[in-house]
Amino acid sequence: MEVFLQQLINGLFIGSVYGLFAVGYTLVFGVLDILNLAHPAVFTLGGLVALWLVEGAHLSIWAAFPLAVLFAGLLGILLDRIAFAPLRHRADSYFSGLISSIAMAIIFESAALGIFGARTVRFPAGTVSMHIWRFSGVTVTSLQVEIVLVAVLLMVALTSFLHRTRIGKAIRAVAESERTARLLGIHVDAVIAWTFFISSALGGAAGILFGLYFDSLSPDMGRSIELKGLAVIVLGGMGSIPGAILGGVAFGLSEVMTVAITGTSNLRDAVAFTVLFLILLVRPSGLLGRGRIREA
Amino acid sequence: MDFFTHFLAVYGSLINFIGINALLALSLYVTLSAGQLSLGNAAFAGIGAYSAGVLTMHYNAPFVVSIITGALLAGIVALAIGLPVLRLRGVFLAIATLGFGEVVRIAAVNLDITGGAQGLVGIPNKTTTWMIFLALAAASYFIARMRTSRIGWSFESIREDETAAAVTGINTTYYKTLSFTIGAIIAGLTGALYAHLNYIITPGEFGFSAAVNLLIYNIVGGTQYWVGPLLGATLLTSLPEVLRGIGVTAGPIRMCVNGVILLLVILYLPNGLVSLFGRASARKTKVRADSPSGEV
Repeated sequence: MEVFLQQLINGLFIGSVYGLFAVGYTLVFGVLDILNLAHPAVFTLGGLVALWLVEGAHLSIWAAFPLAVLFAGLLGILLDRIAFAPLRHRADSYFSGLISSIAMAIIFESAALGIFGARTVRFPAGTVSMHIWRFSGVTVTSLQVEIVLVAVLLMVALTSFLHRTRIGKAIRAVAESERTARLLGIHVDAVIAWTFFISSALGGAAGILFGLYFDSLSPDMGRSIELKGLAVIVLGGMGSIPGAILGGVAFGLSEVMTVAITGTSNLRDAVAFTVLFLILLVRPSGLLGRGRIREA
Repeated sequence: MDFFTHFLAVYGSLINFIGINALLALSLYVTLSAGQLSLGNAAFAGIGAYSAGVLTMHYNAPFVVSIITGALLAGIVALAIGLPVLRLRGVFLAIATLGFGEVVRIAAVNLDITGGAQGLVGIPNKTTTWMIFLALAAASYFIARMRTSRIGWSFESIREDETAAAVTGINTTYYKTLSFTIGAIIAGLTGALYAHLNYIITPGEFGFSAAVNLLIYNIVGGTQYWVGPLLGATLLTSLPEVLRGIGVTAGPIRMCVNGVILLLVILYLPNGLVSLFGRASARKTKVRADSPSGEV
C-alpha cells in the first residue's frame, strides 16, 4: 500500500510536468489546427538556457526561471514569424505547418547541439534546496512540491488569462473562428503571436522543471517527451486545455503504475501508446472532446 | 572501368543507402499520393526487416522466401490496422500511425526473438546493390504506371477532395486502404532487403525520426510526381558526404543544413525540388507557344 501510494505521488509529479508541456502543444492546436512539432525543441532550449543562466551567469534558479521562460516565449514568436505566418494563407496549412515545424525543430535542436554540446548536463548541486519529508512511509521532496506548485500556478494563470483578459478572450475567439474574429476587428496575427508566446513559454517552463526533476538535460531530451506530449493531448482531446492537464496526470500515473506492476521499465511506453492508438480508434475527440476545446 | 570500380569501392555503401532510402521514400509517396499522411512506414519497414531477419537466422529460410514474407507480413499488418485507422483524417491519422510505430518499436525492444534493444545481430549479408536498384526500378515503374490507371486517378481525386471523390462513386475506403497497404508492402520489402544488407538491425532505426526522415525526403523532392521522393532521398542521403567533401564536418551544422533546406522548400517550393524542373520546362513550352507572335 505504501509503495502504491508513493507511486501515485510520483506519477502526479511527473504528470504535472507532462501536463504543462502538453498545454503548450494543445493551445497552438486549438487556435491554429496545426501540430507544432518544434514545441519539444523549445522545451529543450528552455531547460538548457536556464541551466546556462544558473551556471554561466551565476543567477539563482528563481531569477533564471522567469528569464528562460521569457526566452522560450520569444522563441515561440520567432517560430511563428518564420515558419507559420508565411504559410497561413495556404489551403493545406495544417500539412505545410507540420512540415515547417519539423524543419524548425531540426534547426533548434542543431542550435542546442552546437551551443551546449551533445553531452548530458545537470543543474549544479544546491540549485534548489532539498528537504525530504516522510509521511507514514511515503517520501516527498521539496523539489517535487515546488514543481507541482509552479505547474499548478502556471496553469491557473493561463486559465484566468484566457478568461479574464482581453487578449485571452481574443485568443479564444480566434480559436472559435478565425474569420469571424477578423470580421469583429480582432488583430488575428497579433493574437496568434501571443498564442505562440504563451505556448512556448509554458513549453520552456516544462523543460526547466523536467531538467530539475530528472536531474539531467541534453539536446535531445525533447524527443523523449515529444511523443508522450502527443499521447497526452490526444488522450485529453486535441485543443482542450483542461484535457491536456488531465491527460498529463493520467499519463504520468499510467507510466509509474506500469513500472510498479510489471517490475520493469520496458513496457512503460507500450501501455501509453496502445492507449493512444485505441483512443484514436474509439473516441478520436479524447476525454474532453472538441465541444469543450473551443471553450479552452 | 577502373574509375568505376574505385568509385564503387569508396561509395558503395552510400549508393546502397541511397537506394534503400529512395525505396522507403517511394513507399510513403504511394500513401501520400492518396492524400493520407502516414508516419507508420518506418514501422512497416521494421516489420519487414525483423520478420525477414528472423526467418533467415532462426529458420534458415531461403533469401527469396524471407524477403517476400517480410513484404507480405508488412502488407497484412497494414491491411489490418488500415481499415480502422484510415477513418481518421490529417493530423489525427499521422498521430495514430505514429502511435502504431511506437508500439512496433517497443515490441521489438521487448521480444526475445527480435533480440531486444541490442537488435538482431548477425543477419547474413545477402542483399547486393543490383537487387536494391532492381527493386527500386520495379517500384518506380509500377508507381509510374499506376498514376495513369484507374487506381492512380482515384488516389488523386481522394487527395484533392475526399468528399467529392466519394460523391463521384469512388470507394474511398477501398482506395485509401489500398494506398496504405501498397506503401507498407514496399516498405516491408525494403526493410527485408536492408536487414540482409546491414548485418544488424536495431529497434531505434525504425522509430519516429526514421518516419519523419521519409516525410522529409518526399517534401524536399516533391509529392506531385514519383521522381520527387527519389530526388529527395538521393540528395539528402548524399548530403553528409558532400558536406564532408567541402570540409563541413561538424554534426550540428550538417543537421542545421537539413533543417534549412526543408524550411526553404516548404516556404518557397511547396511542390518540392522537382517543381524547379517542371517550372523550367513549363516556361520553355510557354516560350515556344509564344514565339510565333514574338517573331512577328
